[in-house]
Amino acid sequence: MSDLRELYQEVILGHSKSPRNFGKLEGATHTGVGFNPLCGDKIHLQIRVRDGVIEALRFEGSGCAISTASASLMTEALQGKTVAEAEALFKKFHEMVTTPMGQPIDDAALNKLTVFSGVREFPVRVKCATLAWHTLHNAVSETSETAKTE
Amino acid sequence: MTQPFDLARLRQDFPMLAQTMRGKPLIYLDNAASTQKPQVVIERLTKFYRSEYANIHRGVYELSQNATQAYESVREKVKNFLHASSEREIVFVRGTTEAINLVAQSYGRSKLKVGDEILITAMEHHSNIVPWQLLCEQIGAVLRVAPMNQNGELLLDEFEKKLSPKTKFVSIVHVSNALGSINPVKKLIALAHARGIPVLVDGAQAVSHLPVDVQDLDCDFYAFSAHKLFGPSGVGVLYGRTELLNPMPPYQGGGDMILSVTFEKTLFHEIPHKFEAGTPDIAGVIAFGAALDYLATLDGPALQKHEAELLEYATKQLDAIPQLRWIGTAKEKTSVLSFVLDGVHPHDIGTVLDTEGIAIRAGHHCAQPVMDFFGINATTRASLAFYNTREEIDRLTAGLHKVVEIFG
Repeated sequence: MSDLRELYQEVILGHSKSPRNFGKLEGATHTGVGFNPLCGDKIHLQIRVRDGVIEALRFEGSGCAISTASASLMTEALQGKTVAEAEALFKKFHEMVTTPMGQPIDDAALNKLTVFSGVREFPVRVKCATLAWHTLHNAVSETSETAKTE
Repeated sequence: MTQPFDLARLRQDFPMLAQTMRGKPLIYLDNAASTQKPQVVIERLTKFYRSEYANIHRGVYELSQNATQAYESVREKVKNFLHASSEREIVFVRGTTEAINLVAQSYGRSKLKVGDEILITAMEHHSNIVPWQLLCEQIGAVLRVAPMNQNGELLLDEFEKKLSPKTKFVSIVHVSNALGSINPVKKLIALAHARGIPVLVDGAQAVSHLPVDVQDLDCDFYAFSAHKLFGPSGVGVLYGRTELLNPMPPYQGGGDMILSVTFEKTLFHEIPHKFEAGTPDIAGVIAFGAALDYLATLDGPALQKHEAELLEYATKQLDAIPQLRWIGTAKEKTSVLSFVLDGVHPHDIGTVLDTEGIAIRAGHHCAQPVMDFFGINATTRASLAFYNTREEIDRLTAGLHKVVEIFG
């Protein structure tokens, strides 16, 4: 039960029931689609970047409590961050959810996102927690590739 | 020699059932994915590797001859299990998937041509869809799908309507893995045969729940996996009627499936060996024989009665959860409980139950078209076997109430 409380913290349940920044975004400069074939979860992410800074981001889609809450909290955490800062945060987040139980996690800069540390106990759910972040990574790197070809 | 039905005693035959998961007694309700193994199967496997191991069919030494005999004797056990007329009709493969691929590639490629139609049903597992799609791409045949109703029951009239003069093969699931629906395969086979169309039955989910008699069904091919029938993983069976198997070209080439090889010409072995290229899972097949022997000691009708009562009990218990919606309510069904809970994702249900020591499956069950039909991405599925108990159903029910409490 303690593992379960650790995983489904109030913050996660709250965000999964009423996700923030849910819906379409006006004037998006980057979009990404994430898909988890294991469960059929889908996320559609729209981002507006100006001068390397994420001005706004919103998401749509359906998923489990973990993936929905993760997308919701990600959109909150990345508002106003630079793309480079966002990628760095993804790296830290990924490290946190894949650090084996019992080992210390580096939670500096993760703030509210530390609520996902309980995912470590359920390795099969790591994909749920990182789906939105992978989608973000694809969305921002896809555009840099497109930029190269132009 | 059948024993009277004693559930507590029977459970002791399965060492896995005494294990724990996340510190709780394991409640294994994922039997449609795979079943647990009785001790006799585990022992047979290790005994063969420890003291009897040799390759089969070619050795002149005693060990190899004994291994060959042990391996081939399982063919006869399978023949008896399926009520086939000859062990030559029993081909060992890796599993149901390989059996279907074998028929698609060997029979399909040699007998079907451009414009021919293959008929399947709306409730197939991916393994009875994709091999036919591959064949269709290769030869320009067309895949047709017989529809089902909202209960997950095949529509017989629609099935019959789909049998056209162009239909050259029918491949149907006996029991749906995602819904539990039992198809009236005998009737479907008669409809196809009246038009001269051969039929393959995917029996992966049927063999552990229903008695199967391939001659009574009158099917042309029947496929199933040992691991869903309390045997080892990596072994499957393709039953094929002699008249159909005989002219079929080999599926794979290699050792063991030939009579003689020169660089100019190869003479193939007779059936079933023609379809068994390379060294098979010898130990797996032999241990599967132990599983069949074990099943023969059990009181089949008593097990079926127990499972039917358990299904009824579980359906009633879970039905009391207001947020629960059943997916798959066919009148004729096996002990598969597939459902969605309003507002709760199946993976979250799976995780909560996991912490209670309950193993169920959450996902599309390799039947995405079935999920699409019901307008969902995934279901939660508890699938029972004869070794499950009412107490386990009570714990599942309690677990689901907890899910509703957390997410409701």
